Amino acid sequence: MSQPAIIIENLSKQYRLGDVGTGTLSHDLKRWWYALRGKEDPFAKIGETNDRTQKGNSEYVWALKDINLQINQGEAVGIIGRNGAGKSTLLKLLSKTTAPTTGSIKVKGRIASLLEVGTGFHPELSGRDNIYLNGAILGMRKREIDRKLDEIVDFAGIERYLDTPVKRYSSGMYVRLAFAVAAHLDSDILIVDEVLAVGDAEFQKKCLGKMGEVSQGQGRTVLFVSHNMEAIATLCQSLIILKNGNKDFDGHVDKGIPYYLNGAKSTEPSVDFSVSKNRHFERFGQNQFGQFLKIEIKKNGVPNSDFKIGDSIEIKLHLLLKNKSSVAEFGAVITNARGQRLHHLVSSWKELYTDLQPGQYSFKIITEPIQLYPSDYSISIWFRANDENASDDFIENAIQFAVSKNEEQSFQKLDRYCNNGGIFIKYQCKLEQEQ
Amino acid sequence: MSQTEQLIHKTEWTEEILPQSSLLDLKLKEVVRYRDLLWMLVKRDFIATYKQTILGPIWFFIQPLLTTLTFIVVFGKIAGIPTGGVPMLVFYLSGITLWNYFAECLNKTATVFRDNAAIFGKVYFPRLIMPLSIVVSNLVRLGIQMLLFLGICGYYLYQGAISPQWQLALVPILVVLMAMISLGAGMLISALTTKYRDLIFLLTFGVQLLMYATPIIYSLDSIPAKYATIIQSNPMSAIIETFRFAFTGSGNFSWMSLGYSAAFAAALLLIGTLVFNKVEKSFMDTV
Repeated sequence: MSQPAIIIENLSKQYRLGDVGTGTLSHDLKRWWYALRGKEDPFAKIGETNDRTQKGNSEYVWALKDINLQINQGEAVGIIGRNGAGKSTLLKLLSKTTAPTTGSIKVKGRIASLLEVGTGFHPELSGRDNIYLNGAILGMRKREIDRKLDEIVDFAGIERYLDTPVKRYSSGMYVRLAFAVAAHLDSDILIVDEVLAVGDAEFQKKCLGKMGEVSQGQGRTVLFVSHNMEAIATLCQSLIILKNGNKDFDGHVDKGIPYYLNGAKSTEPSVDFSVSKNRHFERFGQNQFGQFLKIEIKKNGVPNSDFKIGDSIEIKLHLLLKNKSSVAEFGAVITNARGQRLHHLVSSWKELYTDLQPGQYSFKIITEPIQLYPSDYSISIWFRANDENASDDFIENAIQFAVSKNEEQSFQKLDRYCNNGGIFIKYQCKLEQEQ
Repeated sequence: MSQTEQLIHKTEWTEEILPQSSLLDLKLKEVVRYRDLLWMLVKRDFIATYKQTILGPIWFFIQPLLTTLTFIVVFGKIAGIPTGGVPMLVFYLSGITLWNYFAECLNKTATVFRDNAAIFGKVYFPRLIMPLSIVVSNLVRLGIQMLLFLGICGYYLYQGAISPQWQLALVPILVVLMAMISLGAGMLISALTTKYRDLIFLLTFGVQLLMYATPIIYSLDSIPAKYATIIQSNPMSAIIETFRFAFTGSGNFSWMSLGYSAAFAAALLLIGTLVFNKVEKSFMDTV
């Protein structure tokens, strides 16, 4: 019964890095010269995978490379991936705002894309005029909008402001109106790109509800790009994970989300800073006195980067001291996935190290049982010599570790609160019936 | 795959997105389907231009009138360029009204990709709609300015200073030809400027220079014969001359030069549309 609504074959998209316009003419001429002799585009071959963290040798990158997909009718598909993985490029190709470099997309039915709400809204026009304008841009006929006007206004909840120029709207009202227009578009395939990040909680719920209704109730195909795992989990049945322009996963959402969350972090329990491959850390500092060589994390003496609530973490830093230092201070900072600093573990709060002679040192920290919410965390480390203000060596995101639920803990709903993460405190609670 | 299966497969897909499309695929059917958008855009332009102004659409009159007065003083009185017996007000206003339309269409169409990059980058609709909407919304302005011109013509007709000809019937065709030339040239330039913006600089003063190569401030009769051929090779010349001749009875009218303009307009529009369609698919990557 489920027929394909979209088939994507060998789809690739190449982009040129740097400043388009300088040197483009020479490349264009070269392309033209190759094409004239019936040869292949000389720049089509040299593209590299799109890993933004690594310095490439080529000016061309593949934002998407050889993507093959089939999406069935009535399916709600989530698309996730880190920033720069190619999600937006895929949506742009699907919505025809740009053409693929190679490959093809076959589509059955009308596509409506919500890459950005309120495209083409004119600030001077009234809400009503903008509904018509925006609807027309999205491909609706005037009759269609006439018929749905009341529904749209009702959904957006802006009836009182209908004849006021939208430049006088609050930003929330603006977004409501824009989403309302798009949501009422009669399309067979709806493409939505993270528009739910805007609007208040009530409206977000309304949007999710509307999208659920569109996919399950009306049997339309929905493609949904988001970083909000909860929204994806509730809305979508299948999941596509993109990584550096390649398809990394394609399957059921229940398998996809854990795969994505585990794949996104480094699971190595030790990092050697002299190896630049796969570097996800950033290094600052003068390195006049010394520099870190390596970091290790252990659990019960065994190298490990997966912890449970209540485990102790052992952090071991290896340092090469090149010059004599009268006072030395070490520190490790634990930050959560959103980059907030949670703990600062500083050596000088415990003891002072004075008159260190050049040589190789190791500095070890053992924490008390950790009380962090299940999530991903990272450790940044620093070293200060001679009581100077700036760190002599500072390595941000030196290593990552994960904290997961402790099986013995009885609260099963913890996952729901992970994104509001924080630190546990011990507490008692009790429920009593009042008279 | 059997032949019947192949056939079903072929008819099943509403759309196929490919790296290249056929050069001759103009997607005119799609343009027709999106015609409501065209009217919305025209309405938007009209409302948005004079929103929050006190005089509103009266500005449509003030602009050409002031330009005409300037021309009368500078070219008519100071430079003393002959107008061939036509009252100066009618002479200059006729040229300015038409030229304004042409220049505005050309300038706006030429930067259509740059001006609308935000919309084009987010939603797909036949891109041809945008330049078309520019031409049509300027038509509204031209219509209003024509009212002013007709009023002034009426006054001089009453005075007996001008004698309209049957070529008045050609005026709609003249407007269409102008629209075609500005649309064709504008789309051609817009396609070329997505990557290399140099042409935009050339365009702004190029249009000004072109005005002097068109009989706006002088009549074709009043210039030396050796320059006349150059001026006549400008497809806009015949349009302006015919327009002026139709209203005043002075000047030139020839089917030959008008035919030349028409052929030029058709060719330019065709080339412009082809190039525009070729570029629109991936201009977002370079604009």
